[in-house]
Amino acid sequence: MTKAGSGSTDAVSGPLWVNAEITYKCPLHCVFCYNPLDYTSTYDSELSTDEWVKALREARALGAVQLGISGGEPLVRKDAEVIVAEATKMGYYVNLITSGVGLTEERIAAFKEGGLAQIQLSFQDSTKELNDFLSSTRTFELKLKVARLIKQYDYPMVLNVVLHRLNIDHIEQILEMAEAMEADHVELANSQYYSWAMKNREYLMPSREQIQNARVVTERFRERLGNKMKLYFVMPDYYADRPKACMKGWGSLFLNIAPDGLALPCHEARMLPGLEFPNVRDHDVAWIWNESSAFNAYRGDSWMQEPCRSCDEKDKDFGGCRCQAFMLTGDATNADPVCSKSPHHSLITEQVELAQQSRTSAEEVRPLLFYRDDKTSRTLTME
Amino acid sequence: MSLPLDKALALEKQYRFQWEPAQKRHVLLYPEGLIQLTESAGEILKRIDGNASAEDIVESLEQAFPGADLKQDVIDFLEVAHDKGWIRVN
Ligand code: SF4
Ligand code: SF4
Repeated sequence: MTKAGSGSTDAVSGPLWVNAEITYKCPLHCVFCYNPLDYTSTYDSELSTDEWVKALREARALGAVQLGISGGEPLVRKDAEVIVAEATKMGYYVNLITSGVGLTEERIAAFKEGGLAQIQLSFQDSTKELNDFLSSTRTFELKLKVARLIKQYDYPMVLNVVLHRLNIDHIEQILEMAEAMEADHVELANSQYYSWAMKNREYLMPSREQIQNARVVTERFRERLGNKMKLYFVMPDYYADRPKACMKGWGSLFLNIAPDGLALPCHEARMLPGLEFPNVRDHDVAWIWNESSAFNAYRGDSWMQEPCRSCDEKDKDFGGCRCQAFMLTGDATNADPVCSKSPHHSLITEQVELAQQSRTSAEEVRPLLFYRDDKTSRTLTME
Repeated sequence: MSLPLDKALALEKQYRFQWEPAQKRHVLLYPEGLIQLTESAGEILKRIDGNASAEDIVESLEQAFPGADLKQDVIDFLEVAHDKGWIRVN
């Protein structure tokens, strides 16, 4: 324990939700991936099984109870079953977030045995061609197979589809496919513009018209299917005039642990300058959560500037996303520019206007996209 | 909607009910979510075991908390829990 804690932490309650990114390795190359651009830098420093178990036990002692096992593709790690089983024994409700690549019957049986509570399957699109294009690997058939396995092992079928400009017009096929797979919950979430999606932002942001059409189609399915298949449609925040209240604020209920053990208050926080994020290898999670200066940096509201500081909505959205504020305005203590009260709001509206222009077809855009692969990651890291 | 009082009740499949020592209360866990329960809600849900009916639960609670007239509150809560999809009639 080398660093001094940043002082007052009156009765912070513990995290409730842990996201364990057990590896950034992934066989897919999604253009909207939210992993850091330099994700390859963690390859040689991944936590061991024991280190994961230790960190999860410490977080559990603080009261954490929901656990996501994600990545990358968590199934790349051969010990995913062990981590899930250990965490379940501790009392976590464990959710595996996977692209489905690598989920064999043998492995799903082992997960079931270990008490895994839920599997969330992500789909890039419903049409084979575009699905392959967007993840640049042939995985579609495989995902359908995995979906059947998930049902067979008596898990609810939870589908997550990331929507964007290049696939949102396929919403009808996407939902037909979800229905055919007997999905119980479908989250249609527009991509958020961080990391790889930020690099590809102008090609990924849908137009107002595209979103409107997608909502109409979604509503039609919702009316017909009701509770049989629950549909959640998440708008791109760029189209809102108030920011999202990310995880109820910084260091409030969410703890992300990256493959190399870095503890972060959100997936994207690694990008923020001036903060030294603690590692679960070197510190107890209790110290990290309660005492570390990084977790206290944007807790509460004393860090806020105007217009947030005197805003009567600050308890609702906590000034929005620190990472988005930094990424777009260069200062993480600014209001999230999604907010119409932000003096930087035009940074958002300009992008939105750009998205209304008609653009070239998906095929023409293809060579312009940044694919999330190791080579590109290393190139971008050197920049 | 009204819940049959004499039929066995069970937790819905994806829900897990447990005591959280750090929070000093019972919680109901489900995919992507967590419901923090009040003490009385915890006492009621604790008695849902796949066999007990609403009537059994009322009886058991009246034994544990003698003198209290709990019946209507318990039934109201169970109806809400059923509407929200936390519990089902077996
Ligand atoms: S978004 Fe795609 S590339 Fe990124 S980790 Fe998930 S499956 Fe892999
Ligand atoms: S000014 Fe700040 S606190 Fe107020 S609504 Fe906008 S982002 Fe939220």
